[in-house]
Amino acid sequence: MSSAPSSPSSKPRVGLFVTCLVDMFRPTVGFSAVKLLEEAGCIVDVPMEQVCCGQPAFNSGDLESARKVAKPLIAMFENHDYVVAPSGSCAGMMIKHFPELFANDPELAEPVKALAGKTWELVSFLTDVMKLDGVAAAFDGSITYHDSCSGLRELKVKEQPRKLLRTVKGLEIKELQEPETCCGFGGTFCVKYPEISGKMVGDKTTDIKNSGADMLVAGDMGCLLNMAGKLRREGSDIEVRHVAEVLADMTMAAPGIAGTEKG
Amino acid sequence: MEQSTSPKFKQNAHHALHDASLQRALGRLKTGFKDKRTAAIANMPEFEQLRDTARDIKNHTLANLDHYLSAFEANVIANGGHVHWCADAEEARQTVLKICQDKKAKSVLKGKSMISEEIGLNAFLEKQDLKVVETDLGEYIIQLRNEPPSHIIAPAIHVHKEQVADSFRETHKGRDINRPLDEPRDLLDEAREVMREHFFAADIGITGANFLIAETGTSVIVTNEGNGDLTQTLSKVHIAIASLEKVVPTLEDASTILRVLARSATGQEMSSYTTFSTGPKRDGDLDGPEEYHVILLDNGRSNMLGTEFQEMLRCIRCAACMNHCPVYGAVGGHAYGWVYPGPMGSVLTPSLIGVDEAGHLPNASTFCGKCEEVCPMRIPLPKMMRHWREREFEKHLGPQSMRFGIRLWAWFASRPALYGKATGLAVRVLKSMAGRSQKIGKLPLAGGWTDIRDMPAPEGKTFKQLWAEQQAAKKA
Ligand code: SF4
Repeated sequence: MSSAPSSPSSKPRVGLFVTCLVDMFRPTVGFSAVKLLEEAGCIVDVPMEQVCCGQPAFNSGDLESARKVAKPLIAMFENHDYVVAPSGSCAGMMIKHFPELFANDPELAEPVKALAGKTWELVSFLTDVMKLDGVAAAFDGSITYHDSCSGLRELKVKEQPRKLLRTVKGLEIKELQEPETCCGFGGTFCVKYPEISGKMVGDKTTDIKNSGADMLVAGDMGCLLNMAGKLRREGSDIEVRHVAEVLADMTMAAPGIAGTEKG
Repeated sequence: MEQSTSPKFKQNAHHALHDASLQRALGRLKTGFKDKRTAAIANMPEFEQLRDTARDIKNHTLANLDHYLSAFEANVIANGGHVHWCADAEEARQTVLKICQDKKAKSVLKGKSMISEEIGLNAFLEKQDLKVVETDLGEYIIQLRNEPPSHIIAPAIHVHKEQVADSFRETHKGRDINRPLDEPRDLLDEAREVMREHFFAADIGITGANFLIAETGTSVIVTNEGNGDLTQTLSKVHIAIASLEKVVPTLEDASTILRVLARSATGQEMSSYTTFSTGPKRDGDLDGPEEYHVILLDNGRSNMLGTEFQEMLRCIRCAACMNHCPVYGAVGGHAYGWVYPGPMGSVLTPSLIGVDEAGHLPNASTFCGKCEEVCPMRIPLPKMMRHWREREFEKHLGPQSMRFGIRLWAWFASRPALYGKATGLAVRVLKSMAGRSQKIGKLPLAGGWTDIRDMPAPEGKTFKQLWAEQQAAKKA
């Protein structure tokens, strides 16, 4: 699939795909990703022209718009050894769905395959490609982990984050009863079917509260904003963080996703 | 079932979410079937290979469907049975009626069959003065309640036992009104007694078919109550109604798929009863029907062949996808508004009744992918729901506002500099709306979001703004 770094001494050049939600809502996640990648031995580059992977249009059935938005990414990451995104959903879009989206484009089909072949979700890249087996972070308390759907089912990200989280000093993992059940975000789903989404995220927050953990961690901003928003509405002060923030020891860098009144 | 309420999916869902007894029932469903399936599969190391084999068998059959259907027909005839090819629901209903009239039948026994729900058979036959009795306990219960099924293998999953007791007291006349009906056992015994009389009296037995076997001309049904066997062996005439895609080439193929069916559906290794029917009673047979008819129904299936929806025809109606679907789990089967609920219904229903009618169904999914993960036939359900969304978009069927919104967003998103400025501004506005609390309780134009949850506040600047500043500072 992906080419190994050209030689052991030369550092792989990683293009960071920032993702729309990280860009707008949670820059700390972007900086955490940069820190983790650099500490793992990569040279990180952020192409400034990048916008979005086109997922909202793709999932709404508007393939033309999806192609229009996605196309620039293909050339943008041509010279990187890897493309890494702090999101299973956006990485999944590029890995699994770009080839489908451009299948009938004779010029782009090949470059898209190459892009898909070198794209990774952040945590699985760190463990599976960079062979990272621990981080130098500390967190005094317990966390629970939600397995976001795309990362889990499209990219098989399940053990990797847990493996690294277990090496965070002082951190205890309290598993959810149903860590693999969708939180009800689903991109436009949560806006189009708010009542059903509300029921799903409500079940999720009940599970989170029952876990007794101090903090909720996941690998996708969409799910995190959804669950954080619901926890806050319910008056819970469980902290909410992207896994990259915890692993990069940046939990002190910015308040958690959706602060509390105490803040 | 003639009329669908699929266009009212949102209202249906609203009612379902506020129906306390339904929510209780769905809560039970959540663990029951799921846990059993997990356990059954853990006991079968070759399950994943079996799924591949099952998928390949069906793909091969669908690629040669005409061949296998003709072979099936020839073998049914050779065994002394009859095959009726029906293009649509009306033709199928008329064919059933004709058989009943030829036999001067008064009563019809039914084994559980989704196809007969699809063609609205019960209501039709009753209008023709035929007495129809459902023999599957779940189907019988909802027949008494005058409701459609809400699940394809557990049709009365939404009903709880107190409601069943009420229906029984109301319809089973001539019994002590104060008899105890609190335990499931009481209900079962009573249903069995009542059913027994029907079994002996019936002229015609109608069942569905889980498989049609081409090499032998056999129809196969799977049940857990044995009602299917009795329906088809005690009646003078057995009519099996099946849609075209139920055919498989050989007995061996059927048994392979049977191995994934029950495990996926109820978590059993095998269903309690698996009945193979090959033609009418032969000379010397002790029991069996005098006549054996198979109704081969198309009703829109052939339109799916050769399209992006062909793979849906692999479906064996095991219901694993709905048992595991969090949307089904939240709203139940009736919300989907037609015969087939859950993820399989979200793909199949638009094919059968039109995407203009059933457009909500493929949209009401988070694409969480759980359905595809559990589907024993490896049907890529989310991908096919997305294909429906594409068709809707091409046909301009979705809300105009959404169409416009996406196009506008795409226009911005393909202009990075402008997009950067716009998002930078949006982030500043959101940040200031949130104020000290770092959350937004009410966001104009995003009621769907803020009705049920706060909008977490952004940090203040976009990552790209901050990154650019940092890079510039490094250079300086
Ligand atoms: S789509 Fe798959 S999981 Fe759903 S009923 Fe059909 S075979 Fe079973």
